[in-house]
Amino acid sequence: MLNYTIRRILIMIPTLLVISLLTFTIIKLPPGDFLSNQIAELQSQGDRSALERAAFLRKQYGLDRPFIEQYATWVGIWPGERGFSGLLQGDWGWSFEYNLPVGEVVGDRLILTFILNFSAILFTWLVAFPIGVYSATRQYSWGDYGLTLLGYVGLATPSFLLALVLMYFANVHFGMSIGGIMDPQYLGQQWSWDKVASVLKHLWIPVIVIGTASTAGMIRRLRANLLDELQKQYVVTARAKGVPRLRLLIKYPLRMALNPFIADIGNLLPSIVSGSAIVAVVLSLQTAGPMLLSALRSQDQYLAGSFLMFMSLLTVFGMFISDLLLAALDPRIRLSGGSVK
Amino acid sequence: MSTAPSGDGKLEHFVSPEPFAPHEDEQLTREQERFYRASQWKVMWWKFRRHRVAVIAAVILALFYASTLVSELIAPYGVATRNITHIYAPPQELRLFHEGRLVGPFVYGYDMQLDMDALIRRYTPNTGQVQPLRFFCRGDAYRFWGLVEANVHLFCPAQGGTVFLMGTDRLGRDLFSRIVYGTRISLTVGLLGIIVSFTIGITLGGISGYFGGRIDTLIQRFIEMVSSFPELPLWMALSAALPVNWSPILVYFGITIILGLLDWPGLARAVRSKLLALREEDFVTAAVLMGAGPGRVIGRHLLPSFTSHLIASATLSVPGMIMGETALSFLGLGLRPPVTSWGVLLNEAQNINVVALYPWLMLAGVPVLIVVLAFNFMGDGLRDAADPYSSATK
Repeated sequence: MLNYTIRRILIMIPTLLVISLLTFTIIKLPPGDFLSNQIAELQSQGDRSALERAAFLRKQYGLDRPFIEQYATWVGIWPGERGFSGLLQGDWGWSFEYNLPVGEVVGDRLILTFILNFSAILFTWLVAFPIGVYSATRQYSWGDYGLTLLGYVGLATPSFLLALVLMYFANVHFGMSIGGIMDPQYLGQQWSWDKVASVLKHLWIPVIVIGTASTAGMIRRLRANLLDELQKQYVVTARAKGVPRLRLLIKYPLRMALNPFIADIGNLLPSIVSGSAIVAVVLSLQTAGPMLLSALRSQDQYLAGSFLMFMSLLTVFGMFISDLLLAALDPRIRLSGGSVK
Repeated sequence: MSTAPSGDGKLEHFVSPEPFAPHEDEQLTREQERFYRASQWKVMWWKFRRHRVAVIAAVILALFYASTLVSELIAPYGVATRNITHIYAPPQELRLFHEGRLVGPFVYGYDMQLDMDALIRRYTPNTGQVQPLRFFCRGDAYRFWGLVEANVHLFCPAQGGTVFLMGTDRLGRDLFSRIVYGTRISLTVGLLGIIVSFTIGITLGGISGYFGGRIDTLIQRFIEMVSSFPELPLWMALSAALPVNWSPILVYFGITIILGLLDWPGLARAVRSKLLALREEDFVTAAVLMGAGPGRVIGRHLLPSFTSHLIASATLSVPGMIMGETALSFLGLGLRPPVTSWGVLLNEAQNINVVALYPWLMLAGVPVLIVVLAFNFMGDGLRDAADPYSSATK
């Protein structure tokens, strides 16, 4: 097990390196940068001191350096103007738009993003599990068809539309504030029980919206797995020996079919993180999505890069944990070595 | 059956007088014979046909794609025609009976009042105004496929009347017509994207599966990396990188390529696992012994045996691209007006006011839903049919 863990961690390092390089390349793709846009604007206004400040920032954050050097400084493996100070040292860089370190701009957003995605996965599990089991044990019944169709519709509905409609109804029927992941008075406040309660109260709309898209796939996989198990010899044997149907189901096939719940974190996470990004934009949640969008638009490179990096980290770590859990649960995987997808 | 030895002890050469009929014992019925002689594609078609839902889905998709050929004809209005007297008009219901009498398809005209308190236009159907539809009539002029001047439409409003089956938007443009035009863009985005992802997926998956070993491990790692990216944020970043001064057509191609660039890992994985399984087959060894190079073995001997699987997985990944385009355009990062796609139309419905006041603007989401559902059902059917010999088929 320890061996496997170490090997898995060793794989993760180059993965993260490549991801960070790709992220940075994409962020730098558009011509120019935030400061060059700002300088052009300031020059037209003839603002001397601001011009100097921009030039200072440009030097400070190495925007005048070649691409590879900027990247290395950002990651923290190359000394920049302020020594080794990059992602590895916990410095996320500078947000030009907000004139603050990225770490401060981001604030609660990373935690909230994490909470949102985690709840969405929980929701997916809670919904998919009973439905999947029902569909598999009552294959080809009306309930099976109906629930499968419902899952498909959930899959096919554009999430942002669902978000808009739910938001409207939540406002009309429950008098909830439009948008946001908490009541406005808690924004920027210290975490307190009231704040947590407010977040929980607002969390259900985005969670339902993000969850519906991913439950369909999960239901289908659980159903297929369970069906495979149910056709095996040992089930027939157990039935022949008189084990009650429900007890048999819970005792053997269900446990075997549970694997996808853990293994699928790998498939689930990228789609949930994607889904939450757009839903967050529509609902203007205080999570990573909306700020990433605006940062991308204004070429606030370190802010956008950090968010992209964070989202990828979320999925990479999620996969890591799911692989470990899976290896702990199912010794066959540990022995064969590779990660199971 | 006389096997009596002849005089010198040798056995006599035996010839049975019965007619030679080796298949006598296992006579095939006509049905079976038809099945065994049918080509692979024919058997697949038989199997697909039994999947009722998939067939219906395929028909629906065929209709949608066929409509893109004649969008100009189907839409009663031009894509940018403004009806300034009907801004934010709600959908007009298509009716057949007026006061218990069959009139044929018609709509009631509108009465419009400006509500000066709420500052909105209120439209009420005027049951006195019966506006029967005209068919194959002359209406807004257009250039068919951008080439031929024409003005014939499948149906148009009555003279001086209106027909807004799905209402109008903030500029008074007919939403139904715009959705019909948007179909052309939205549906082809997926197809072009698939070509990109197919090229990458087959090449990488093919190399990985055929050569195995170190190359395989390397490509597998790469695939894992790409598929651990959350798609949408990356799409957002990439399309934000498209130069602002690109023409709408260039942006369109840019978006399709971006959509395809991230979609291939699943396909590559499918190709690889199929190749790994097929590589061990005897016919591959035979081909290699006869001197075929890797390109020929992959292209000539291996690919044909799983083309059907490829088609099935392609069908299942088109809806993802359609949804992706819709999401990007909705955020304003994808296609931009004057290009009209479903996502661009939904971009107008970004506001909560729309849900409250002009909910019909969200109707552009309905074709998205139908097409994505249809692609999923058809893809499932194709996937089941892709392995026609797996279970006995009649």
